[in-house]
Formats: sequence, structure tokens, C-alpha cells
Amino acid sequence: MLKLEKRPQPSKAYAYTTPFLAVLATMFFGGLLFMALGKNPIEAILTIFWEPLFGEFAFYYRPQLLVKGGPLILIAIGLSLGFKAGIWNIGAEGQYIVGAICGAGAGLAFYPMEAWFIFPIMILAGAFGGWVWAMIPALLKVKFQTNEILVSLMLVYVAEQLLASMSLGLLKNPEGHGFPGSRNLKDYPSAFNEEIITGSGMHWGVLAAFIAVIFAYVLLNRHMLGYSIRLTGEAPRAAKFSSVNPARLILFCLGTSGALAGLAGMFEVSGPAGQISIDFNVGYGFTAIIVAFLGRLHPVGILFAGLLMALTYIGGEIAQSNLGLPGAAIQLFQGMLLFFLLAVDLLTNYRIKLVRKEAA
Amino acid sequence: MTGTLLKIDGLTKAYPGVVANDAVSFEIKQGEVHALLGENGAGKSTLVKMIYGLVKPDSGTMEMRGAPFAPPEPRSARAAGVAMVFQHFSLFDALDVAENIALGMENPPPRRDLAARIRETSEAYGLPLDPYRTVGDLSAGERQRVEIIRCLLQDPRLLIMDEPTSVLTPQEVEILFETLRKLTAEGVAILYISHKLEEIAALCDAATILRLGKNVGTCVPSETSAREMAELMVGTELQTPKSAGGEMGEVVLDVSGLSMSSPSAFGTPLRNIHLRLRAGEVLGIGGVAGNGQDELLLALSGEALTEADAIKLKGQPVGRLSPNARRALGLLAAPEERLGHAAAPNMSLTENALLTGAVRKNLENHGFLNWTRTRSFAEEIIERFDVRTPGPENAARSLSGGNLQKFVIGREVLQAPEVLVVNQPTWGVDASAAAAIRQALLDLAAGGAAVIVVSQDLDEIMEVADNFAALNEGRLTETRPTRGLTIEQIGLMMGGAHGMEVAHV
Repeated sequence: MLKLEKRPQPSKAYAYTTPFLAVLATMFFGGLLFMALGKNPIEAILTIFWEPLFGEFAFYYRPQLLVKGGPLILIAIGLSLGFKAGIWNIGAEGQYIVGAICGAGAGLAFYPMEAWFIFPIMILAGAFGGWVWAMIPALLKVKFQTNEILVSLMLVYVAEQLLASMSLGLLKNPEGHGFPGSRNLKDYPSAFNEEIITGSGMHWGVLAAFIAVIFAYVLLNRHMLGYSIRLTGEAPRAAKFSSVNPARLILFCLGTSGALAGLAGMFEVSGPAGQISIDFNVGYGFTAIIVAFLGRLHPVGILFAGLLMALTYIGGEIAQSNLGLPGAAIQLFQGMLLFFLLAVDLLTNYRIKLVRKEAA
Repeated sequence: MTGTLLKIDGLTKAYPGVVANDAVSFEIKQGEVHALLGENGAGKSTLVKMIYGLVKPDSGTMEMRGAPFAPPEPRSARAAGVAMVFQHFSLFDALDVAENIALGMENPPPRRDLAARIRETSEAYGLPLDPYRTVGDLSAGERQRVEIIRCLLQDPRLLIMDEPTSVLTPQEVEILFETLRKLTAEGVAILYISHKLEEIAALCDAATILRLGKNVGTCVPSETSAREMAELMVGTELQTPKSAGGEMGEVVLDVSGLSMSSPSAFGTPLRNIHLRLRAGEVLGIGGVAGNGQDELLLALSGEALTEADAIKLKGQPVGRLSPNARRALGLLAAPEERLGHAAAPNMSLTENALLTGAVRKNLENHGFLNWTRTRSFAEEIIERFDVRTPGPENAARSLSGGNLQKFVIGREVLQAPEVLVVNQPTWGVDASAAAAIRQALLDLAAGGAAVIVVSQDLDEIMEVADNFAALNEGRLTETRPTRGLTIEQIGLMMGGAHGMEVAHV
């Protein structure tokens, strides 16, 4: 019989190795899954993990890694601050959409003027949009003790309706021959979020994600506010005793995660996506929740987790087109990753002991 | 009446890293009160859990009335006639007494029959209890009665009681002792766990003393002095805290008309509290648990805000200031609950040192943390207060209760407070750590600080406090000098005899 026993101290060694164990377990069981679907498991795993990085078309896929990883990391960093304090923003997708609408809207308001200050204004507008959308659950929680999980999640669907209305109405391209969707910002140099180094995939949003990683790291490890966040998550009563103001912390954590999600949306709409359209959002806000946990809410961990997640997306697409794997199998594979991560996470705080069953 | 009820032979139980019980043997006779004495971590709980079927021994045997006894689960222990009253009650506040008792029974009888049986049993043993009252409204003493009656309804042959008097007033203790004597007269054996040596001398027929998991001696409490028993328990000579008897200075803390509703649902609101505290004074605040102690600490520490003028520190109103603002002015506090309130269990001792030390120890600069200084502050606490741990990077939860308490008290004392408020400073702490903590509080007062010790341990208050006041349903009695107070007078103060003549009892 197996028995779990709580460790007196969380194991440092396991805290670092469990993500790798989870990836290995996912590869193994994912391989079994692909085998059951009649595919060669080794080929499938190689297609997902090897092809995008070192395969024949790696020159095309590698930049995609940054393009897809950037927003995931940027959003996940914001979410991780709240998650560490036990404040659950599930609505990053909505904040991402509103950030994109505000960012694009601010840029298009200046069309066709060309000026250096337009892009910075769009950045501020994007962050502000996300912040405002996150302040709704934050203020409701502070004032009326509502549940931020429900409110933020439901606001995603409101944001999606807002997005549809914008792409059909206010922001619709007047020269778009009646098609829904805004002007393409790629054709508006002052508002275009272009690659910093051509062909690298490195646009301003990716740079913002890296800066966010560094800021979050410093905040959590060197600053009183970060300490207050961690303390609140670990022991809320001790945090109050230590002089942490819970209301202010809720406003800060939700506000920051909203602003970062809004930024991600703004960089996406002005760069890779190019325009506001009905199907602009592709679930980055939800995937970022997985990324935040996969990176164990640690800024550097999130950096790697975001890139890994992007890799499975890109590799998954290649596997779908090259090997004919069904899309659902790829999603299952990604789900497995989170499942195994949470499962082996147990080893950090518990050890497994073999107990011989005693006669009653 | 003198036959052996339970014989324990060579019981051993090891956990990773510690041997909780090492070949413990003793016998409990029918109709005796057998004391189980020992410091925290001596292995009392493990032993009792083995008897009650919660833990299986690694080796050793037990015999109940000559028959082998190895309960695989509490249900079989109960079937064999073992009942247990735990230190922490397992009652539902929102249910009434009869419902709570029915929940613990295998086949509860109909409600009306059960209520009648509860009444009958409670009156037979002198523990009056109304089966239809909601448990949330009962005092700690009454809640304990619920637990005891729940046990008595099973007709136990062995009743295990874990620190039963820690929540009772002296008068309630007397009632409990009467009940226990009635039970023993009927042949029920009682295994009585406690660290209060006077009680054991008054009540128990035999005592087994555990130290570090081993049985270090059996004695007859009425023939052994309290000091001898304590030294058997601790293994060294006890240091009694000594007060330097410093001069009292100016009033530093002035609480007047402090009223506050409780932040928790079944808490006690504070009602019009007045107290004045002078520099160098130790004020002991007694009272049965749940009479506003937690709320008073929250109000003083700044976790709960009150009217600004209700609390004045050196003449300055602080009622609306945050805990850190009060710390900056010299008002510090140490709450009762170590894990989760005074300290964060999963964080390191260094991080826990920062929890209250940031302001006075200058551990932050414009919000940026100075981990080097924080670490050396943690090391200072560990060294000065003899906290047994491999180092400040260890998690708070890895420390034993006594060691963590020394850390928590040390953290506040080393910040040189002008007023320090502590709640239950030695609760669940072994005798030598308790003595060290009390000495630290006395030294602090001798150095000119004012100290409030909120405690349910009257011996502790008598030992350290210059003055005494009691909390009862959120009201504070007048302050009286500790010297010359009798146990009866204290009992009346705790029982809520506000302003009544207590001199000629």
C-alpha cells in the first residue's frame, strides 16, 4: 500500500525537477495515446518537440515561438502575482480583448496622421483598457465581497460581445467593402508593432514580456509588495497581522494582471493579428493560466513554460498537418502536461512511503 | 475495584526522525485516575492515540482486562469501552447539543429519548446541560461538558482526557473534578493528561511521566512534590522566572471606552474596556477562552480598527492606525495562534522575521528588502532565544511548538517594544521553554517596557503579572494587584462578578 507523508520542509530538489518529470511523463503517456491512434509515437513526439526547433522549416517556426510565447508569458506573469496571493483572475482573455480594442482604437483615432507618439499612446491605452476591465471584479470584490473568479470569467463573454460590436460597428474599416474588421494596422506605420529585429519574431510585445519577467522577479524577491503578495497567499491572517491591507492588494494584483493582459492584446492586434476582428482572440488568456501554473508561479519558470507551451502549439499544428493527428489529440496532450505537473507537484510537499498492509 | 484494567507493555512507535514512544509500559487500574505527564513532544499524544486506535504501534502489546487489545480504529476502541475527550473540541457551532451528540453515535436514538438521556446523565454527574441549546452560544466549559457527556453515554470503562482544564475557570475545574471522582467511584478509570502539577497532585492516584518517548518514572502524586515531578519531566532543574521588580513609570497605554464588534461570526464583541498600563508594568489578563481575548489582541495590534481615541499610546490616539504604524510608535503584539497568524508556516524563519520586524529593524528601504539584515535579525532571534533549528532558512512549520513560540516572542522582544501585548505566550509549550519565555517578558518589563499577558493559565499570570484583570463576555474587570489575590477572588472576577464585593467570600 502506498502512503503519503507530509515533508517537514518542502523539497527544493523536487521543486526544480518536477516540471521536467511532468514533461517526460507527458511524452511517455502522450506517446501511448498516439500509438493507440495508430501513429508512430516516437515520430509524433519528435514532430511536436524537435521539428519546430531543429527541423527543415525551423527558420519559419522559431520566430513563431516568440510570437506565440510572448503574449502567453506577458499575461501569465500578471496572473501569477494574483495567484500567489490567492486572488484568482480567470478573465485575462477578456482583459486581453479590451486592451486590444482600446489600443487599436487609440491608434486608429489618429489615422492617417503619422507621428512618433502614436504607438506609445496605444501602449498606454491598451494597458488602461485591460486595467479597467480587471478593476470591475476588483472593486466588486473589495466593496461587496463578490467572487472574482465568477465576475472576471463572465466579463470575458461580455468582452467578446464588445469585440464583435466593435469590428462590426465603431472600428469597422470604412474602406473594407463591408467586411467586418478594422483597418489593418500593418498598413499604418505609426501604429504598427513591427519586429525589432527582422525575421526574429521579436516584436515590442515580446520585449515587454521579458521586461515583465524581470520586474516580477525583482518585485517578488526584493520588494515589500512582493513579500506581502506571497505572505497573503501563504497565511492571510499573518499577512493582516503584518500590516498588509487586503483590499489594496486585491486592487493591485487584479489591476496589474489586467494591465499586462491588456498590453498583450494591444501588441497582438497591432502586430501579428494586425486588425480587430470578430475572431481576434484565440484563447491566450486562458492558456496563460496553464502557463502560470506550469511555471509554478515563478517568473523564470513562466518564461520557460510560455516557450514550452508555444512549442507544443506549433509542434501540434505540424503534427496535425504532417501526420494527420486529430486536433483533439493535441489538446489532450497539452491537458496531460498540466495534469502531470499538478500530480508530480505533490512530491514537493509529500513523500510516498510503501506501507505493508497490517492485519487488522 | 483494584484489578488492572489496561496493561501496556513495551509500546513503541517511531516516525521518520523521531521515536515518539520507546518501549513504554505501565498499568491503569480500575477506578483510578492515572496521570500522564510530560513536556510537549514527550510522546503523550502518540501513546493516547495508540490506546484510542488512531495510530498503530510498531511493537509492544496492550491488554484490556487480561484480553489482548489492539484496536485497529477508534470504533473498536470505543466498543471496548475506551472514550476520549480531546483538547480541541470537535463540535459544530450551528447545531444544538443533542444534534452534536447524535452525530458522534453509531445508532443515535430518537431525538426526544436522546435529549432525556442527556439530561439524566448530565444531572447524575453534576454537569447541567440543556440538550436544546446551540453549541455556538455555549462557553468553553459548557462545550467541554458536551464532549464529556458524549463519552459518558457510551458507558466507558476508560476515559481519556487531554488537558481538560486548560479552558476552565477554577470553579469549573472543581465541578469537573467532582464529576471525575463520581466516575471513579463507579469503577471507571481515567487517564488524565496534563502539565498542571497542582491539579495532578489533587486528583490523581498514580502518575506516569514521559520524557522523549520513554517512561522515566511512575509516582504517587500526593506523595511527590510538584518540583520533583517537574524535574522528572524536564530532566534538568527548573529555573523559576524572577521579577526584578522594577519601578513603574508613566502611563504608556491608555485604553478608554473601547468597544468593538467581533470580526468573526461566533466571536465576542468588546464592551467598553478601560485599562491603563504604566511603563515597567506587567498586566495579566485572565478569563476563559472565547471571552474577547482574541478580539482585544486584534484591537491592540491594529488588525481591527477602533475609534481613534479609544486607544492612546503615550497620549497619541492610535485606534485607527495600521499594525505597522503602531509598531513604529512602539506598540507590538504576538497573537496566540502561532501557525497562520503569528507566523506563516511554509515560509522560512528569515521571511518570518520580516513579518513584523520590517519597520523597527529597518529591514526595508523605499520598499526594497534588505535580506542580509533580515537574515541576521532571524539569526539573532534564534541565538538569543535558544530556538532549536538547523538555521534561519528552515520553514516555520518544521519547528516544534515551543521552539516556534520562542521565535515569535523573541522576534517582538528583540525589537525593543515600549508596549508588548502577548496572547497565550506559553500555550502548548514545554516547561523549560515556558520558563524562558516568561523570563524574557519579565526582563522586558524590568527594562522599562509595559507588557500585557493575556493568558488562560492562572499560574502563569500569578508568576509574571504585577496586576490582574479578567475578561468576561467582552468586558474587562477592574485591575487589581496580583499580590494578595486568592484563587477564589480570581475565579469570581473571571466569572463576571463586575464591581461586586469579592473580599469577603
